[in-house]
Amino acid sequence: MTAVRERELEPPDPTAELGRAWTRPAGVWGWLGDVDHKAIGRRYITTAFVFFLLGGVLALIMRLQLAGPNGDLVGPDRYDQIFTTHGSTMMFLFAVPVMQGFGVYLVPLMLGTRNVAFPRLNAYGYWTYLIGAVFLWVGLLTNTGPDAGWFAYVPLAGPEYGTGKRIDVWAQMITFTELSALAVAINLIATTLKHRAPGMALHRIPMFVWASLITSVMVVFAMPAVMLASGMLASDRLIATQFFSAAEGSDPLLWQHLFWYFAHPEVYIIFVPALGFVSSIIVAFARTQLVGYTATVLSMVTTAFIGFGVWVHHMFATGLPQLGQSFFTAASLLIAIPTGIQMFLWIATLWRGRVRLATAMLYVLAFFATFLIGGLTGVMVAAVPLDLQVHDTFFVVAHLHYVLIGGAVFPLLGAVYYWFPKLTGRMLDERAGKLSSVLVFVGFHLTFFPMHQLGLAGMPRRVFTYDVATGWGSLNFLATIGAFVLGLGIAITLVNVVVAQWRGAIAGSDPWLGDGLEWTTASPPPPYNFRELPTVCDRYPAWTSPPDQPVVYGVRSDRPEQLVTTLVDAEPDHRTVVAAATGAPLLTALATGVTFIGSIFTPWAVPLGAGLVALGLVVWFWPKAPHREELLEARP
Amino acid sequence: MTDPRISVLDPAGPQAATIASLWDVFLWISIAVFVLVIASFAVATGRAVGRRRRDGDGDPLAEDPVSERRMIRGIVLAGTVTVVTLLALLIASIRTGSALAALEDDAGALHVRVTGRQWWWQIEYEHDDPPHSATTANELHIPVGRTIHLELTSADVIHSFWVPSLHGKKDLIPGRINRTWLRIDEPGEYLGQCAEFCGLEHARMAITVYAEPPEVFSAWLAHQREPAAPPADGQAVRGLAVFTGSPCVLCHAIAGTSAGGRLGPDLTHAASRARLAAGALPNTIGNLAGWILDPQSVKPGSHMPATSLAPADLHALLAYLEGLR
Amino acid sequence: MTGRALRTAAILVGVLACACERERRTFTEPGPKARPASAPPSSSLVPGESPIEGAPLDPAMPGYAETAQAISEGKLLYTWFNCVGCHAHGGGAMGPPLMDDDWIYGSAPSEVAQSIIAGRPRGMPSYRGKIAPTQLDQLVAYVRSLGGLARGDAVQARDEHIRLTPAPTLQHAAIPRPGRDRP
Repeated sequence: MTAVRERELEPPDPTAELGRAWTRPAGVWGWLGDVDHKAIGRRYITTAFVFFLLGGVLALIMRLQLAGPNGDLVGPDRYDQIFTTHGSTMMFLFAVPVMQGFGVYLVPLMLGTRNVAFPRLNAYGYWTYLIGAVFLWVGLLTNTGPDAGWFAYVPLAGPEYGTGKRIDVWAQMITFTELSALAVAINLIATTLKHRAPGMALHRIPMFVWASLITSVMVVFAMPAVMLASGMLASDRLIATQFFSAAEGSDPLLWQHLFWYFAHPEVYIIFVPALGFVSSIIVAFARTQLVGYTATVLSMVTTAFIGFGVWVHHMFATGLPQLGQSFFTAASLLIAIPTGIQMFLWIATLWRGRVRLATAMLYVLAFFATFLIGGLTGVMVAAVPLDLQVHDTFFVVAHLHYVLIGGAVFPLLGAVYYWFPKLTGRMLDERAGKLSSVLVFVGFHLTFFPMHQLGLAGMPRRVFTYDVATGWGSLNFLATIGAFVLGLGIAITLVNVVVAQWRGAIAGSDPWLGDGLEWTTASPPPPYNFRELPTVCDRYPAWTSPPDQPVVYGVRSDRPEQLVTTLVDAEPDHRTVVAAATGAPLLTALATGVTFIGSIFTPWAVPLGAGLVALGLVVWFWPKAPHREELLEARP
Repeated sequence: MTDPRISVLDPAGPQAATIASLWDVFLWISIAVFVLVIASFAVATGRAVGRRRRDGDGDPLAEDPVSERRMIRGIVLAGTVTVVTLLALLIASIRTGSALAALEDDAGALHVRVTGRQWWWQIEYEHDDPPHSATTANELHIPVGRTIHLELTSADVIHSFWVPSLHGKKDLIPGRINRTWLRIDEPGEYLGQCAEFCGLEHARMAITVYAEPPEVFSAWLAHQREPAAPPADGQAVRGLAVFTGSPCVLCHAIAGTSAGGRLGPDLTHAASRARLAAGALPNTIGNLAGWILDPQSVKPGSHMPATSLAPADLHALLAYLEGLR
Repeated sequence: MTGRALRTAAILVGVLACACERERRTFTEPGPKARPASAPPSSSLVPGESPIEGAPLDPAMPGYAETAQAISEGKLLYTWFNCVGCHAHGGGAMGPPLMDDDWIYGSAPSEVAQSIIAGRPRGMPSYRGKIAPTQLDQLVAYVRSLGGLARGDAVQARDEHIRLTPAPTLQHAAIPRPGRDRP
């Protein structure tokens, strides 16, 4: 009792207490058990960029192989593994995780809270992603890389034609990464809906948080479809089920429906966060409010919604009835409307702003020009007759890279230049950044614009070589040169990032005069994010910041506690204790890894692994002794 | 320059021509949209960059209700134009779709069955009397001016039939039969290639379409329906014996002999075809010898095994195969 | 600590290398010198239990490997060459079953090859000269996998046609034949 009274008399320094409550234990085990959203987010981002570079190396190998006719750098067996791993890496190991990683890092900061809603689930998600990602690459390096394309159409990927364990590696990599994506999505949804700073009603949520919320909801609907499909494929291959066998009365097209029902929304899962990046960067660097906040949110919601209704446009050549095709053409054209509105809103925002051409903004400009072309070719491939001609040709290779690199990677690079000071406390070099953005832009168009022409000239996708007589050589050569320019641009940014970690100028808390709550705390933020939990009275709290803006009082600082607010108006509701660093997520992820990887070889891995996972969960949910002070208070 | 025999924009028949004119509509509208959007984007950005250079950062929260209203009007207008344009494109697309379907009603269409196999095309001209059916590989001969009805299926994995100058692609799916209709107006040679990734040799699965005047086509088909030419001389007689006594016979058929394998291309009129191994090599005697002795160096992964033959046997076999016109 | 990590890494690399071996796909074939044009020589019949089961590979099968690629190609050939006609999909019909553990003429690759090349009494025809050496290797690999003699990670679960027998991937050991004692 004395101790408690003394504490009341002499309030301890909250900063020291917060530091003790939120900092992970030192050492390797502390690092492995870290559940801080900033640590997990940084790991997601770093790992995803490592795989981006690896996937890029594969792309350069492919470009070298195709630089001239009858290339013989690699044979068809290697080439098939390379292009499959390139696609799978970029989609599953880079694009989705990096967007989610930024979400994990930024969303709690933007919402003014101290961690995500489920920190251990967050760590578990990261470890499963890491295991799955490494697994795919170990497969490639041991000549067991998947070789049926990132879409793994049966029967080529089925038990009869997809020989060995290559496709199984792919199928279980999908299971790993989608499990991880679901873990993050659930986390971000719960965090956004329940942990906003008081006053941050739904109509004041920062635009990137909206984007990541919408993406997360899409993930929740899309990922189970592909996990189910990959599970069905794996069991077809391992225990001779007949999900996709034409001979036994099923249909190979079932796979295509299940896959594209996921894989088209996947594109928007990658693209919508990029919309959030662009909105954030434009607001910060044009220094004005976003024109049409509600319209922007609605356009993202609409995009996400329609994104689930267009998957059949990947299957126009399979011979579906014409009426159905017209429906999906209409839906695919429809999706251009919200995107168009979004573009007009940005133009209006720029119109009334005062633009500062920092590197982040240059990437947004590059995004505009590039994504617009990708969107227009998207309208072309939505039309059935045109799609029948250009489907599965280099025209589509060009289209998808315009949309995914132009639409998602350019904003992402902009986001790196914008938020890097927040993540590390240091500035990236602007001159190197501008040089890199120009090289990336020029290299990109040099690589991919000629591919439109190649597709129209009849060059199909996924060919490991072509004949001299086709005349495709010179355009391919141009594309290869472009790919290396693009690679050089990326390499400059890589060097810039590495050097800036140590040599970059000190950033301070708000180098860009940004608008969001993340700029009101130190760079990099302390483990508890905010010394006092902020409250909010409008959409741009860092710009308004009235001197009398209240802060949250009453959340304990001597243990990791978070404030829970109401769903719509973000009124303070109650406090909750969140988990501190623990090894349980890692253990459970390892058990999950044993299950998934083992199930490639024997069905017994599933019950065995289920037991291991259960053990991990027992450790995870083992009841903790109640907090000592609560015991003291409860004592009569 | 790229080969005009394999080009979406050099149509040789009504189907591809219809699609090419739809392409023009989409292309020009896209260019117009691109120019308009990029111009307004550039003007907006340029103005904003200039304002910042002139006035500095300013108050980000300043509002101007008049310009706000004007902007909203502009956005609504641009949105309306977008919707109308898309609607027009949708209608154009659907009309093109119906135009493409017009050939389906032609009762006088020539029926050809195309089966995709790893990694070649089997092409069958059926006849009411099955022995008179003609089977060939990797070459589709069709008469100009007549509707062709292709029945497409696959014997193994999914392939896709695509001859850009004639029509869009259609998948060949195991367990399903797809159909496509096309017509060629210009006699000539058109190239196509499998368009759905189908495994190792997807890149070397080409098809050549020969559009011929009806009388030339009829003569060709009548010849293809004939059994193989009997061996012309002693060397060729020995070649036939080599063929039927070697691994060739388990996979390849030659009508009129005891060879009846159905796994590889039908060789009844093999020497009349211009290329070997689904377009991989010109059909010359040297290439043929190389292909028989070591197919894996030409098409790694192909299901054709290497066959080792004594030189005399090989020459006899080549002499016989060269006679299969 | 470092030593243990190194050992673990070495074991891991070893395991990966094994996995790699099963996935290797070869597209070049042994030259004619490595392999006589007339594959395994005919020998006197060896009825009943073979005395040389488990004997090393016949030197005349230099390219033989039980890789996933060889087994799957062998399976295509098994159907194409109409082995199905007599042996069904391993369950046997007119010919003896191939998926039990009863190998009348021995289960070593050279013995299976011999059965195919030279034929066997009471109906098994000789395929001498009709099957290319590579195809013979692949067919033997597949036939042995039917009896559960190939590694589980190299065989496939399912055919693209109806089959009434258990999946090869689930066949951990060959099905014992009731009523026959084997040592």
